[in-house]
Order: sequence, then C-alpha cells, then structure tokens
Amino acid sequence: MDVATDRPAYLAEHFTDAEQQQESAKLGMWVFLLTEILLFGGLFCAYAIYRAWYPEMFHNAHKHLDVVLGSINTVVLILSSVTVALAIHAIQHNKRKQTILFLTITLLFAATFLVIKYFEYSHKIHLGMLPGKFYTYTGIEGTNPHIFFTVYFTMTGLHGLHVLAGMIVIGWILIRTIKGHFHSEYYTPVENAGLYWHLVDLIWIYLFPLLYLVG
Amino acid sequence: MNIIPEKNYLTYPKGLKSWLFTLDHKRIGLMYLFAIMFFFLVGGIFALMIRLELFHPGQDFVSADTYNQLFTLHGAIMIFLFIIPSIPASLGNLILPLMLGAKDVAFPRLNLASWYIYVFGAMFAVYSMIAGAADTGWTFYTPYSIETNTAVISLTTGAFILGFSSIFTGLNFLVTIHKLRAPGMTWFKMPLFVWGLYATSIIQVVATPVLGITLLLLILERVAGIGIFNPALGGDPVLFQHFFWFYSHPAVYIMILPGMAIISELISVHSHKKIFGYKVIAYSSLAIAFISFLVWGHHMFVSGQSELAGMIFSFLTFFVGVPSGIKVFNWVATLYKGAVRFTTPMLYTFAFLILFTIGGLTGIFLGALSVDIHLHDTYFVVAHFHYTMMGGTVIAFFAGLHHWWPKIWGRMYNERIAKITAVLVFIGFNLTFIPQFIMGSHGMPRRYFDYLPQYQGMHELSTYGAYLLGTAFVIMAIYLIHSIFKGKPAGNNPWGGLTLEWQTTSPPDPHNFHEVPVWTHGPYDFDTIKVEPDLEKELETA
Amino acid sequence: MHTKTEHKHSTPLLVYLAVGGALLFLTVITVAVSYVDLGPFNLVVAIGIATFKAMLVALFFMHLYYDNKLFMAVFISGLMFLGIFIILTMFDTMKRDMIYEEVAKPIRPNAIIYEQPAATDQTDGQH
Repeated sequence: MDVATDRPAYLAEHFTDAEQQQESAKLGMWVFLLTEILLFGGLFCAYAIYRAWYPEMFHNAHKHLDVVLGSINTVVLILSSVTVALAIHAIQHNKRKQTILFLTITLLFAATFLVIKYFEYSHKIHLGMLPGKFYTYTGIEGTNPHIFFTVYFTMTGLHGLHVLAGMIVIGWILIRTIKGHFHSEYYTPVENAGLYWHLVDLIWIYLFPLLYLVG
Repeated sequence: MNIIPEKNYLTYPKGLKSWLFTLDHKRIGLMYLFAIMFFFLVGGIFALMIRLELFHPGQDFVSADTYNQLFTLHGAIMIFLFIIPSIPASLGNLILPLMLGAKDVAFPRLNLASWYIYVFGAMFAVYSMIAGAADTGWTFYTPYSIETNTAVISLTTGAFILGFSSIFTGLNFLVTIHKLRAPGMTWFKMPLFVWGLYATSIIQVVATPVLGITLLLLILERVAGIGIFNPALGGDPVLFQHFFWFYSHPAVYIMILPGMAIISELISVHSHKKIFGYKVIAYSSLAIAFISFLVWGHHMFVSGQSELAGMIFSFLTFFVGVPSGIKVFNWVATLYKGAVRFTTPMLYTFAFLILFTIGGLTGIFLGALSVDIHLHDTYFVVAHFHYTMMGGTVIAFFAGLHHWWPKIWGRMYNERIAKITAVLVFIGFNLTFIPQFIMGSHGMPRRYFDYLPQYQGMHELSTYGAYLLGTAFVIMAIYLIHSIFKGKPAGNNPWGGLTLEWQTTSPPDPHNFHEVPVWTHGPYDFDTIKVEPDLEKELETA
Repeated sequence: MHTKTEHKHSTPLLVYLAVGGALLFLTVITVAVSYVDLGPFNLVVAIGIATFKAMLVALFFMHLYYDNKLFMAVFISGLMFLGIFIILTMFDTMKRDMIYEEVAKPIRPNAIIYEQPAATDQTDGQH
C-alpha cells in the first residue's frame, strides 16, 4: 500500500498524525464517560426521589451501614486513583518499570476494595437487609425500609461491577505495558484507562457520603 | 459511457471473511442496511397482521393475547431494530466519512463491534418471539411488565444490548465529525447531513444510557423483586415512565433528526439551489437535540404525575415546534425559484414535507395538556407518530436510499417504476393513517383488539391502505435488487451534487479517495459552481 | 513524522501527591462532620465536600485543567443533562399532592348541568 514508511506502528491508517489519533481517542473516552455518568444518573435520580419521599426511613436505615468500612474503602479508592495518576506520569517520562509497579498497586487496591465490599455485602445478606421482596430484617423504623437497600445494592452493585471492569482494563494495560507497547510518544490507552478509573473513583466520592454518612 | 471501477469497496478484498471482519465503514454500513431491512420486513409483516385482525370487529384471525404480542413486537422491532439504527447506522456509516473526506470513522473496530452487538441484541429479540413474545407494548410499563408471564426479560435484554450498539455508533460519529474533517472543512462548511447526524449522536450518547439503567432495573425487578418500580412493594410505577421517557422521547429525535438531515441535503441538490438558511438549519438541529430532553413528561399527562409537572412539560413541548417549523420553512424557501427536478428522491422529499408537517402539527395538539386528555391513547396518537416516524423518518430514509443508491452500488434503478412506487407509497400511507386520525378523534382507543361497529368503515380503509403500502414496498425491493445486478452504470455524480461523496468513484474505492480531498467551497454553492449531473439526459426526459 | 515529545499536560508529580493528600483530608472532614447534627445542612455539607473532591479529581487527575476544553464541555454537559433529568422528575414526584383548587370548582357555576346532576333529559338525549 501507499502507507508512508515514516508512520509509526501505533498510528492507525485513517489518521493523518499521532496528535489527531490521540485527541480522537481521548474525546471518544470522554464521551464514553458521559454515558457512564448518565447510566449512574438514573440511580442517583431514584436515590434523590426515594430519599425525599422517605427521609426518616433513609436516616434510620443508613445507620446500619458500616461507616468504618465505607471510609476505608474511600481511602483505598483515592489511593488507587493517585497510583493510576502516577503510572501515567511515569509512562510519560518513559519510566516503564515504575508504570508497571504503580499499575500493580492500583490492581491490589481495587481488589482490596472488592474484598471489603464482599464482607459488607455478606454481613447485610446474613442479617436479611436485602432489596425488595427478599428483605427480612425487622430492626429499622419507617416506611418501606427495603427500598433503601434496593437503592444501596443497585448503586454499590453497579459501582462494584465498574470496579471489576476497571480491574480488567488495567490488567490488560499492565500486560501491554510489560510487553513494551507504550512509551513517552504513545501512551493514550494508559491515559484512557486512567480516565475510566478516576470516574469510578469519582462516583464513589458521591456514593460514600450519600449512602453511608447522610442516608 | 459511465464506467464502474473494477476495484471498489464491493469487490475488493474478496471473500466472506473479508466482509465479516471488515473495518471499512462502507461495508459495515451495507451490512447494517441488510440487517435493518430484514427487520423492517419482519416488523412490516406484524403490522399487516395487526391490520388484518382489525379489518372486522371481533376475533377473526388471531386471539386477543396474540394481538397484544403482535403490536408489542411490531413496535419494539420497528423502533429498536429498524428506525433507531436505520439512517445513522446504514446511510450514516456509508456516507458520513465520504462527506467529511475521511478515510474511515474514528474507531473502525468499535464500528464493527456495534454491528455485531446489534446482531447479538437482535438475537435476543428474535428469541423472545419464540419463547412467548411479550405483550406489554414496546413501552414495557410497570407493573404489568412485572406480572405478565410472557418473555419480557429476553426482549428487554435485547433492547438493552441494542442500546450499546446505538451508543457506539453515536460516539463514533461525534469523534469522527470533530476530528476527521477534510482540510478546509470548517464547522459551517459541513454538509447539513453531517450536522443532523451530529445532533443525533449527541442524543444517542446522552439518552441511551438511561434506557440501559431503566431496562436493567426492570429486569432486576422481574428477577429479584427489588421493588423500585413495583407499587406492591412500595415502589412507584410512574417513576418507571419517567425513566423510560427520558430516553424514549429524545429517541424519537434520534429517529427524526437524521431524516431531516437527509431532506436538507436532498432539497438543495435536487432543486439545484443553495440551501436557504444554512446556519439556522444547523442550529435548529442542535436546538431540537437539546429541547428533546425537556419534554418527556408529555407522554405522561394521564399517568398520575403531578399537575405542576404536566403544565411544565406541556409548556416546554411547544418549544420543539419552533426549530422544526424553522426547518420546514427553510426547505420550502429553498425550493422557491429553484431548478426543481422531479426525481425519485425528490418525490420522497415532497412526501416528507407534507407528511412530516401533518405529523408535527398534530404533535402540537397532543402536547397541549387539555387536548391530550381527550386524545390520549387513541388512534389519533397512533396516526400522529406514524406520520412523524413513518411519514417522516422512513420516507426520508427511502429518499436518502434512492439518492445515494447509485453511489453505493454504482448502478441506477429504473426511475419510472421508482416514481410510480413513490406515488403508491404516498397514497397507501395516507389511506392507512388518515382514517386513524379521524377514528382516533372519535374515541377509538389504541392497542384494542376489538372495537365498536361504528369504526368498521375507517378500519377497513386503513387496512386497504396498509396492504397497498406493503405492495409498494415489495415493488421497491424488487426494482432495487434488480438494479444491483442489471442497473445502468450511474456515473460518479448522477444528480450533480457538490459534496465530497460525489467526487469519488461509484462505488467508492476501498480507501474512499485516492488522495486526501481539500474542501474549498460550501456544500451547496450551486450559485457559484456549475455541476453537470452524469444522468443529465435521463433527468431531462423525466 | 514529527510528534510532540514534550506533552503540555505532563502534570508535576507534586500536584498529584498534593491532590491525593487533599482528597484524604476532605474524606476525614466529611466523616467527622457527619457526626455533628446540622439538620438538613448535613446533606448540603456532604454534597458540597463531595463536589469539591470530585472537582479535584476531574481537574487534576483527569487533566481537565490542562486538556482540550472540549473534554470539559463534554463532562459538564453530562452533569447538566443529569440535572435536567433529576429536577424535572422531581417536579412530578415532589408535587403530587398539589391539586389546583380551580379543578374542583365548576368553570361556569350557573350552567344547567350542575343544577340537575341526574336529570331524565340526559338519558333521552342519548338516543
């Protein structure tokens, strides 16, 4: 084909230069993040409406969530966001080993988050604090306490799925970094994976106070 | 005279594998075209079955339960599998990168993935037909959709998956339009088809995720009884309607905006005159996209939502009429003193102007709170949205299909038969839906299997119209398929258009352009540039 | 082909660490404040702190502060559409018990229909 020989291997055929490719990829990622905001938006809307309808029930029910575990998870996610940012910083300066290290730490943080979430969930399930028709707990005053747990489980559940997806993405980026696909000239996939991970963190920044602190 | 290039995107590379793994936007667009036309056929057959049952009052063809499943499938298939992907995913994929002078869309692999996701979602929808088709209507309103024993989960899963396909197409187009325009093509030198698809893509990426979460919650409601939309568990069924219409109202603009985009393009080319009010048409597309998010509550005037919300939504609804009206006026003004050619695409464009105006104006009736109380859930509503969705979008889709058909295949269909068919479509369509306006305003409720004898005459007319329309579509399919093999080579620029897709060969090269095109003029500068259509003689005699 | 070696948005390392520290500090604050009963202001403070944290993440970790402003527009438009969604829905859910008085009153109090609610005229009129 008539592809010029000075085109780097990472530059796809239909782009004229690397900057166009990078900007396109990032714009695409941001539009994707926009869809994520609106996906969670539905649940935030449901939260707002049911909390406004049943403020006392929400207040009573939220006390049954574990603030200590929630706070630890918040700290874990913030730290993982920092390490992801550091990983991108490292690859920008061609420090591949540092990138690998920081991405691995991020994965460990993410796993910690899910393990803590698992303990929280199993505790709730054990007590019968389940969504909707499976709710059997009797210790919460107020109207329709099961709705609180519907909101809690759907919001944190969807967020948990995103953490899992983020781990897969970061794992894939980690493998590609180890294979040497990225360097200071080309690291857009690392950056985009980072953007995704920061959004997961950003959503948790709202979920934590709304569910655990003010209810 | 006109020659078809030996190496084009249809012939090179060869083999089934080269199609299944293609990253070429033109091939993906073509694969979309075949898929959506298949589901147009399926949805159309359901429509004809509905009309057959309604020919006489009482049961004469299917049972009441089957009837409920038929209109559900007709609606769900036509909306999720046909109209929403119709123009953007097929014609958009085929033409948009050509118009921009780009080699491909920004993310070709995502583009291919969106087609496979579409097929995957369609498989769920087809499965739901076998496994006891849903009878909820395409709106899946709770609590009935929680209680019914039919296959709601597989159909909603299908719609959920199709949402991703739609998002990926929208995302791809947004980035393509932002980043891959040819040198010289500034925002206000883009063809209006591109502007329309840009506005459409915004709605696709903003609204579709909300449909995703809605259907996800509905599935959880059925599987796990989470109670969020179930009044028996303290949930709120009207909340479901809010969630649903926050997507589904903007979704009707996902359907109509690309149709308007095609009309803006065609009306200028086929009247050989510079489009009137280019910027206003472009801005009005964006305005429609934005306002579409503010008006969903007009579907819920009798749902039990608060009176305040009803008034707010009714008030806001009227604003949609403004940009839509602006567009219609601009199109008509473009025709004024133009060298109008009565080609097949132009006949469909005229049909669009008439039918969409009727559909739009009756939409204003329905947006008025007090009038809607009377007309809600009657055939008036059915006729209204068929006038906009079918008289608008589908007619525009066929206009675009006839316009770009010679570009896609390099060959021309038989213009005379095509024109007769266009007239048949127009007559059949009006015969089907004008009676529905009348009987709707007399109180015939929608989604009813049986009716009072007083409506029989209208229903009979409507059924005749539907079968005439069906026949016209069969004729269209025959002459279009015939033209693929036997049509006359059309030349690179059969209509004399100025946009970039006409500057490459028909069918285009696998890489679209042999060299990067430079865009030096506006898309509709017919006043300064003289173009000779390759079909000049044929167009003269017509 | 010339590509940019020095990317304009290579944020200094210190910024990341400072933002990380600020986020941790704000987390401590928001937890501490939640134990003080401020009535409805608990929600306001919690959302306020969360929004400030979210801004830090978006501006510095997600580079919105340095990057193409188009990305900022995409992000903000997402929040705007979410706001439209929640606010317009709550115009319904919060105001359901608000019934306008006029609806309960006859529009024309002296119209005949209101004087004779079940008159025999009506059944005759149907034929």
